[in-house]
Amino acid sequence: MAAHLSYGRVNLNVLREAVRRELREFLDKCAGSKAIVWDEYLTGPFGLIAQYSLLKEHEVEKMFTLKGSRLPAADVKNIIFFVRPRLELMDIIAENVLSEDRRGPARDFHLLFVPRRSLLCEQRLKDLGVLGSFIHREEYSLDLIPFDGDLLSMESEGAFKQVANMMIRMKREFTGSQNSIFPIFDNLLLLDRNVDLLTPLATQLTYEGLIDEIYGIQNSYVKLPPEKFAPKKQGDGGKDLPTEAKKLQLNSAEELYAEIRDKNFNAVGSVLSKKAKVISAAFEERHNAKTVGEIKQFVSQLPHMQAARGSLANHTSIAELIKDVTTSEDFFDKLTVEQEFMSGIDTDKVNSYIEDCIARKHPLIKVLRLICLQSVCNSGLKQKVLDYYKREILQTYGYEHILTLHNLEKAGLLKPQTGGRNNYPTIRKTLRLWMDDVNEQNPTDISYVYSGHAPLSVRLAQLLSRPGWRSIEEVLRMLPGPHFEERQPLPTGLQKKRQPGENRVTLIFFLGGVTFAEIAALRFLSQLEDGGTEYVIATTKLMNGASWLESLMEKPF
Amino acid sequence: MSRTKGDEEEYWNSSKFKAFTFDDEDDELSQLKESKRAVNSLRDFVDDDDDDDLERVSWSGEPVGSISWSIKETAGNSGSNLEGREQLKSRNSFSSYTQLPKPASTYSLSSFFRGRTRLGSFQSLSDALSDTPAKSYAPELGRPKGEYKDYSNDWSISDTVRRLRKGKVCSLERFRSLQDKLQLLEEAVSVHDGNVITAVLIFLKRTLSKEILFRELELRQVALRHLIHFLKEIGDQKLLVDLFRFLDRTEELALSHYREHLNIQDPEKRKEFLKTCIGLPFSAEDSAHVQDHYTLLERQIIIEANDRHLELAGQTEIFRKHPRKASILNMPLVTTLFYSCFYHYTEAEGTFSSPVNLKKTFKIPDKQYVLTALAARAKLRAWHDVDALFTTKNWLGYTKKRAPIGFHRVVEILHKNSAPVQILQEYVNLVEDVDTKLNLATKFKCHDVVIDTCRDLKDRQQLLAYRSKVDKGSAEEEKIDAFLSSSQIRWKN
Repeated sequence: MAAHLSYGRVNLNVLREAVRRELREFLDKCAGSKAIVWDEYLTGPFGLIAQYSLLKEHEVEKMFTLKGSRLPAADVKNIIFFVRPRLELMDIIAENVLSEDRRGPARDFHLLFVPRRSLLCEQRLKDLGVLGSFIHREEYSLDLIPFDGDLLSMESEGAFKQVANMMIRMKREFTGSQNSIFPIFDNLLLLDRNVDLLTPLATQLTYEGLIDEIYGIQNSYVKLPPEKFAPKKQGDGGKDLPTEAKKLQLNSAEELYAEIRDKNFNAVGSVLSKKAKVISAAFEERHNAKTVGEIKQFVSQLPHMQAARGSLANHTSIAELIKDVTTSEDFFDKLTVEQEFMSGIDTDKVNSYIEDCIARKHPLIKVLRLICLQSVCNSGLKQKVLDYYKREILQTYGYEHILTLHNLEKAGLLKPQTGGRNNYPTIRKTLRLWMDDVNEQNPTDISYVYSGHAPLSVRLAQLLSRPGWRSIEEVLRMLPGPHFEERQPLPTGLQKKRQPGENRVTLIFFLGGVTFAEIAALRFLSQLEDGGTEYVIATTKLMNGASWLESLMEKPF
Repeated sequence: MSRTKGDEEEYWNSSKFKAFTFDDEDDELSQLKESKRAVNSLRDFVDDDDDDDLERVSWSGEPVGSISWSIKETAGNSGSNLEGREQLKSRNSFSSYTQLPKPASTYSLSSFFRGRTRLGSFQSLSDALSDTPAKSYAPELGRPKGEYKDYSNDWSISDTVRRLRKGKVCSLERFRSLQDKLQLLEEAVSVHDGNVITAVLIFLKRTLSKEILFRELELRQVALRHLIHFLKEIGDQKLLVDLFRFLDRTEELALSHYREHLNIQDPEKRKEFLKTCIGLPFSAEDSAHVQDHYTLLERQIIIEANDRHLELAGQTEIFRKHPRKASILNMPLVTTLFYSCFYHYTEAEGTFSSPVNLKKTFKIPDKQYVLTALAARAKLRAWHDVDALFTTKNWLGYTKKRAPIGFHRVVEILHKNSAPVQILQEYVNLVEDVDTKLNLATKFKCHDVVIDTCRDLKDRQQLLAYRSKVDKGSAEEEKIDAFLSSSQIRWKN
C-alpha cells in the first residue's frame, strides 16, 4: 500500500485505489495468460499506481517494450498494448500485430489507450488493416496520478503546449461529478503557467528542488551517481564500485525526507546532523539494556532504527552530492546573475556572464534559461540585446535553433520589449516578489524557496485566501490573461459545519506545470498556524526550468 | 428515421455487436455509483492490499529487457503483406467486426492516411485534394436513403457530436449543406473534445474546397488550431503551407518550411533544400541567418570532401598527427571556425577553409574569433601563434599586447590547455586588475607574478603568507626573503 498518500487532509489513496481497481477490471476482461507491450513512456507513471506483483496476480506473464518489427516470443493467450494515443505508435503496433499473425497460434489482441482514446489513432489502425484484430479497445483514464498526500500530477509531457485542452478537460470532469457529492475542497484555484513564467526559470533552492534541478526526479524516482552509495565493507579495497546508477524513490512515506524535502538546502545540513546524533544515541541504548524486558524492547525497535539509519545515510550522501554542485564557482555565478535579474539589476543590457556561458559552450538549455529569465524580468528585451543573444546562440549552437528561439517567443518566454515599458518592477514591488531579508533556516515567508524570490503563483494563492484579490486588482490587470472568480453554490444539505480552528482546503491546479519549490512554498503556507488554508496541489506536469525549455526545443521529427 | 433513442441504444447494445461498442458502461448512472462508493469509503478506508514488501521492488527495469527481449532483436522484416491481413481478418471474424456491413461513410479518414508515411507527405497531397471534388455540398442523389438508415440515422447535430464523443461510429455524410457542416464544427468545439473536433475537421477537409475551409476556419480560431496541429501531425506540409499563406501568416509559413530540413540526412540534398528557404518571408534577421546557414553547409561540404581526401592520402602532417574525430558537416559556425583554426590556420584568405575567410564571410566578431583561434592554437601548443594573436603594432612600430576578450580569459584558456608556466606568467602579468591578477597567479602557481605583485602593493603580510606555499630552498623562497629583508621597500603593513 502507499501510506504516504493518506496522511494529507484529503485522502488521495482513494484515487490510487480507484485506478488500481480499474486496471484490475480491465485485465480480468482479457481472460487467460497475458503479455503486456508497453509504450515505454508509460512505465514510469504506472509504476506509481501498481507494482509488477499486481499484474502478475492477474496472469500477466510477460512484459515488453513497444518496438518495431516482431514481438518477442511469448506463450500467452492475450497480448495487450498499453499506449499513449500517438500516430507513430499505431504504426508500430500494426507492424507487431501483422508479424505476430504470421507466426502460429492465434492470440487475442487488446489495446488500452492512456489516458484517452483517439479516433485519429483508431483510424490509422484501420487503414493499416489491423483495427479489427483488437477484441478490447478501451481507454484508461490515468489522468491525475497521486504523488503524495497533497500532490497530484497528470505527467503529460509537452503539457505546456496544450494547456488550453487540459483546462477544458478539467472543466468537463469537474462539472460532471462534483455537485452531487460531499465537498472535499472549499476552493478551486486554476493557475495558468502563463501568469508566472518567471518562477520555473529560476534555480530552485529547496532540497527536493535541487535534487530535481541537478539529477531530475522522474515519477518520484531519482537516479544518482553510485559512487557515494557504495556499501562500506572493510577489506574490500573499494575494488568493485557499483557502476549502475543508484535509484531511489522520494516521497513523504520516508519520515526524514518528509521533514527536509521542502527546506531551503542551507537548512538541511543541520537537520541531518541532529538526526545523526539522535540515531547514534538510540543505538547506544543497547548498552543500558540490562533486563530481558529491556533487551526485548530494544530489539523490537531495531527495524525502525535501521530504516532510519539507512534513510539518513542516503540523504547525507545526496546532500553531499548537491553540496559539491552548490559550492562550485559556476553555480554561485549563475545564482548571482539570476538574483540580480529577479531583484531588477541590469536587466536591460547584455549580461557578461551569459556571454561567457555561450563562449564556453555551456549547455544551451542553461543559456536559454538565463536569457528567458532576463527577458521576463524586463518585460521583454531591447531589440538590440535580443538580436545580439540570438546571433551568438545561432553561431555557437547551430542555425537550426532559429526554430527553438521562435518557440520560446511564441510561449512568451523570450520577446522584444514593446512600447519600451517595463512593468515587471511594479508587479514585483506590489506583490513583494523579491525579499531582501530571507530566513533560510526558519522561514517566515514563501520567498525562502528561492532564497529571495517569492513565486508569483504562490503569492497569488496566498493573497486570494487573505485578504482577497480585490486588493490587487491593478496588478492583476498587468498579468497576462483574464482572471475570474466563480462561486459554486452548494445544496444546503451538503454544507458542512466547520469546526472552530479547522482550515479551509483549497485545490490549486497548475495548468502547464509546477516546480517542487512552488509545492514547498504552498506546503509552507498550509503549515502556518494562522494561515487558515490548506492546499492540495494538482498539475499537468511536475517540471523545472530545464525540462520546460526542453519541451520547447525543436528536434528532428 | 424516426427511431427513438431507446431503439438506438438497444441496437448498439445488442450482443451481436457487442465488440463494436466501447464504453456503454460509462453512462452517468454508473459514474455516480463509482463516486458514491469512493466517497463512502473515504473515512473508513482500509487498504488491505498486501504488496507492502514489494513496494521497494523497482518496476520498470526487470521484466522489460528480459531474455525474451533480446530474441526480438533478431526477428526482423515484417511489413504488411496482403496474406497477413487476410489471415487476420478471417481469424478475427468472431469478433464480429468484419461482419458488420460497412456504412457508406463513417466519417472515414481513410483516404488521408492510406499508405502514407509522415515524411512522404509531398506526393500524397495531390490525391488528398483531388478526392475532394466540388461535390462538397450538393446533396447526394442517386442513393436510396434506406440503404444506410440502419447505421446513420438522422441524429441531430448535437446527438451526432455526443455519439462521436463516446467513440461510437456515426456518419457525418448526411450533413451536406455548408451551414450544417459549420454547425457541426461549432458543436464539436463547444464540447471541448479534441477528438471530435479533429474528426469533424477531417470530414470538412474532405468535403469542402480548400478556399471555403480556410475562409471558415479563419473565423473559428479553436478549430483552426486543431487543423494546424492535425496537419503537422500527419505531416501534410503542403496543405499547411497553403493554409499559412491564406492566413497571411507568412513567417510561420517560412519557418514551417525551413523546419523540414531537419529531416534531410544527405548533406547535398539538405544544402539544396536550404537554398529553397532563402527567399522565404522570414524576419529580416532570420533571413540573414538562414542565408548563413546555407552558406555554411555549402562550405562544410567543400571542406569535408577536401579534408577527407587529404587525410586518406596521409601526406599532410597535421592530419597524421591529429586525425579528425568527426566530420565537420552540420556543425555550428563556431565549431567550424575552431576546426579551420586547427587544421587550416595558415591558409591564405582566398581559400574557403581559411579562418580569415570564414571570419569575413560570416562577419564573426573579433571577440568570438580571437577566443576560438586561441583555443585551437593553444590545443596545438602553438605558442607563437598565440603570441601573434595578441600582438599589435602601432603606427610608430612599437608592439603592444592587446586582447579583446580580456587577458584573464586568455590565461584560463591557456591553463586549460596546460600551457607551461613561463607562457602563463607572461599573460597573467598582462591582466590589468590587480586583484584578479593576484588571484589568477596564485591559482596557477605563477610564483614570480605573485611575489612581484605583493612587492608592488607593499603588502608584507601577504608575501609572508605566500612564503609557506613555495618550495623550501627554491629560487622563489630566496626571492621572497630578499624582498622581506630589503630596506628599500616601504611596507604598508
